[in-house]
Amino acid sequence: MNSVILQIATRYLKVLFLSFACIAVIRGHNYPGGGFIGGLLAALYIVYSSLAFSVQQIRRQLKVKPQYYIGLGLLCALLSFMPSLVSGAPLMKGIWFTIDSSIIGKIKLGSPLLFDFGVFFTVMGVTLLFLFTLSNHK
Amino acid sequence: MILILILYLVLALALFLIPKKLSKGIPFPLAFMQLVFFVFFISQLSLVETEKARIISIEWIPYLGLNLEFTLDGLSMIFVLLITFIGFLVFIYAQVYMKSYAGTTRFYFYLLLFSGSMLGLVLSTNFIQLFIFWELTSVLSFLLISFFNEKEKARKAAFQSLFVTGFGGLCLFVAVLLIGSIVDSYMFSDWLDKAHVIKSDPRYLPALIFVLIGIFTKSAQFPFHFWLPWAMQAPTPVSAYLHSATMVKAGVFLLARLYPVLGGTIEWDYIVTFIGALTMLVGSYLSITQVDFKLVLAYTTISALGILTMLFGIDTKLSVKAALVFLFVHAFYKAALFMLAGYISKQTGTRLIPKLGGLMKFTPWGFVIALISLLSMAGIPPMLGFIGKELIYEAKFDSPWMSSILIFLGVTSNVFMVAVSFLLLSKVFLGQSKTSIKSHNTKYKLLLFSPGILAFLSLGLGIFPDMLTPIIEPALNVIHSGNFQIKLKLWHGFNQILLLSMITALLGLLLFIILNRYKSVIKVWNRINSQIFSISFTNVFFKGLDRFISFSGKNTRLIQHGYNRYYIITIILYTSLLLILQLYLTRGWEIGLTFNLKPFYISGLAVVIAMSVFFSVFSKNIIFTISAMAVTGYGISLIYLYYSAVDLAITQIIVETLMVVMFVLVLQGLPKFASLSSRMAKIRDGVISLVFGTIMTIVTLKAITVDFNTSISGYFVDYSYLKAYGKNVVNVILVDFRALDTLGEITVLSIAALGVYSLLNKRK
Repeated sequence: MNSVILQIATRYLKVLFLSFACIAVIRGHNYPGGGFIGGLLAALYIVYSSLAFSVQQIRRQLKVKPQYYIGLGLLCALLSFMPSLVSGAPLMKGIWFTIDSSIIGKIKLGSPLLFDFGVFFTVMGVTLLFLFTLSNHK
Repeated sequence: MILILILYLVLALALFLIPKKLSKGIPFPLAFMQLVFFVFFISQLSLVETEKARIISIEWIPYLGLNLEFTLDGLSMIFVLLITFIGFLVFIYAQVYMKSYAGTTRFYFYLLLFSGSMLGLVLSTNFIQLFIFWELTSVLSFLLISFFNEKEKARKAAFQSLFVTGFGGLCLFVAVLLIGSIVDSYMFSDWLDKAHVIKSDPRYLPALIFVLIGIFTKSAQFPFHFWLPWAMQAPTPVSAYLHSATMVKAGVFLLARLYPVLGGTIEWDYIVTFIGALTMLVGSYLSITQVDFKLVLAYTTISALGILTMLFGIDTKLSVKAALVFLFVHAFYKAALFMLAGYISKQTGTRLIPKLGGLMKFTPWGFVIALISLLSMAGIPPMLGFIGKELIYEAKFDSPWMSSILIFLGVTSNVFMVAVSFLLLSKVFLGQSKTSIKSHNTKYKLLLFSPGILAFLSLGLGIFPDMLTPIIEPALNVIHSGNFQIKLKLWHGFNQILLLSMITALLGLLLFIILNRYKSVIKVWNRINSQIFSISFTNVFFKGLDRFISFSGKNTRLIQHGYNRYYIITIILYTSLLLILQLYLTRGWEIGLTFNLKPFYISGLAVVIAMSVFFSVFSKNIIFTISAMAVTGYGISLIYLYYSAVDLAITQIIVETLMVVMFVLVLQGLPKFASLSSRMAKIRDGVISLVFGTIMTIVTLKAITVDFNTSISGYFVDYSYLKAYGKNVVNVILVDFRALDTLGEITVLSIAALGVYSLLNKRK
């Protein structure tokens, strides 16, 4: 497919897609969203842009191999165990703390959020790996 | 104690951090460390004497009532001292011996781990824990035998030893579980308290047999002895350490450990004595005709292990005492001889006895060491071996049953031992030198240090045997719970035992002279042997293994045929069958469901979904099929939305979109649907799908009416915000309440992705 409209649109959609994916992860704890949805959204953006250009081109533009995203995701998920291990709580108990900033208001950070990012990266990496491998195989 | 064990592990791992350049110097510090441990344990000796035992217990799996328990008592002390002391000597020996080989770091890694796990084995009084160390020693023995892994023979030997000892290990585990189920504990102290309960239980006999199989495989008792000669493929330090002084004695150790628990019954006495005596005889008999120096030693080791086993079977105080003394006797002379064999093969390049000769001129010190050790092996005064043999004869005289038969067998076996000792001495060290040692290598001089010390001990302790009593006394008291005083003397006075010793020595000498004078005797003997032992155990083992492998190959090809369609059919049919059975058993087809009308847009949606499914099945165009499937998915996500499952709906929509895009990307290059399946296959597939679909529909409908336990979802809803600070229950379940599941899922996803990646890239 070689549509100029689609190609230019992806450029602008990039910000929208990726920020939306991030927001989906962060707000996931309280509202619909979460790491899985976020990861799929991010992957969706790359799939769209590879429709607009070509898979090979996108693959070249993407500096990081999808395998590394998978590794990063699993690492995040594992690291999210650490707080509960260190504090002696049952494994994977969510540990939260709140940052009180005057600008945006209260921000809650916790190990489940890190875990969710782990899910995010893994899902994105897996999807991309599927995509690249399958399209490469032709 | 535990600190020492941990130190072994840490140091072993740390070996890999040492740069290549320095790696040649590894063994000296390690040997020194072993010596320090040896001294440490020696200093604990008086404690063991007075306090009986030092027990360290750590909580391990509390809800199973399992504690890690390390006990230093008289019995473990003997073995601990042997392991650390011989370990010290072996490391010094290996420093020179292993210099010219590659991969020495790996070697020391294994060897150090072995020392540690052997220590762990003898210190354990929790039997589950003991089993773990037991298996560790088997595995490390496997790794060490196969150290020269470029040689096929070494690999085979290693595999064989692992197979045999691993089989024994499993038997031991069964026995541990059996006894554990009798007394409901895995602690040695509990077993000891309830020894009479165990002995009167109907499970006693099977447990005993399994324990003994474990012990006999480890200690190379007949008919499991065949792996030990093969294990001589290992580097010589390993043969000296594992396969003569320590690992093969693990079985003897367990015999001694379990003696108060399982011993003293008729079954124990008969089986252990019989197998031990048989092994003793077979080992010494077969050793005579061997031509490889190390193989001679291997067979005499088997014989010695047989003696030890037999002594625990005779089941008297004297026999146990004899066994404990003989443990030292054998460790000293056999390790020394192994090291000497290694030294000789380094110097001359061969271990075959017919090629050796007249080495006395080249290595006078080697000759002295060999002389002392071999005399000790033959049981000639004033060596320690003499005392050991005297005690054994005494124990046999004292045996409450079969005394005369045992004495006869013992004398026969010892005659062979004496003959072998003299044969080795004369053929290797005396007579004409057949191989010229090209350059008189002084760099191997240090190899004589360790066997020298051992030989010195064989002689020195023979003259002053009382130095061994503080070590042996506590062990005897542990095995035969009581308080005994023992005395060891070189000179027992002139009695029938001494007479027996003299007869043995004379007969052995006679046999040696015959064998030495008439060379043809050995050849004839060999021929007879090959007739009698035409069924070589090793051959049987490997043939059986080949059969087994080809059988499992056929089996695998039958089940794992590689046709994806048949896999799927099998899975679906089997699942359907199970579901039908369950539905039939629970009268599950009766669904008391009342259909209530949903709003028209939902009903309409259902119709659209059904239509698109129909379309996707019968479409001729791949793009149409994909689109129709997408319509199904989107429709379902709308239904999710109707039931306010927002997360599910979003996920479903995104997944559908991704799938369509990916399918289009991947499949647009494919041709139109071709009909490759025959009519029959189509009908078959259709029937299978219809059956499965129908059953799944029934199950789904059933699921609505079944009352689930609502407490869980209620709990999640109630505590989602209170405990996990999240308002989105689905997400909280995913990342907090059930985070471990999610972790598993993403791991599976990753593995699947990597699988796709590697499979598809392979075909390039």
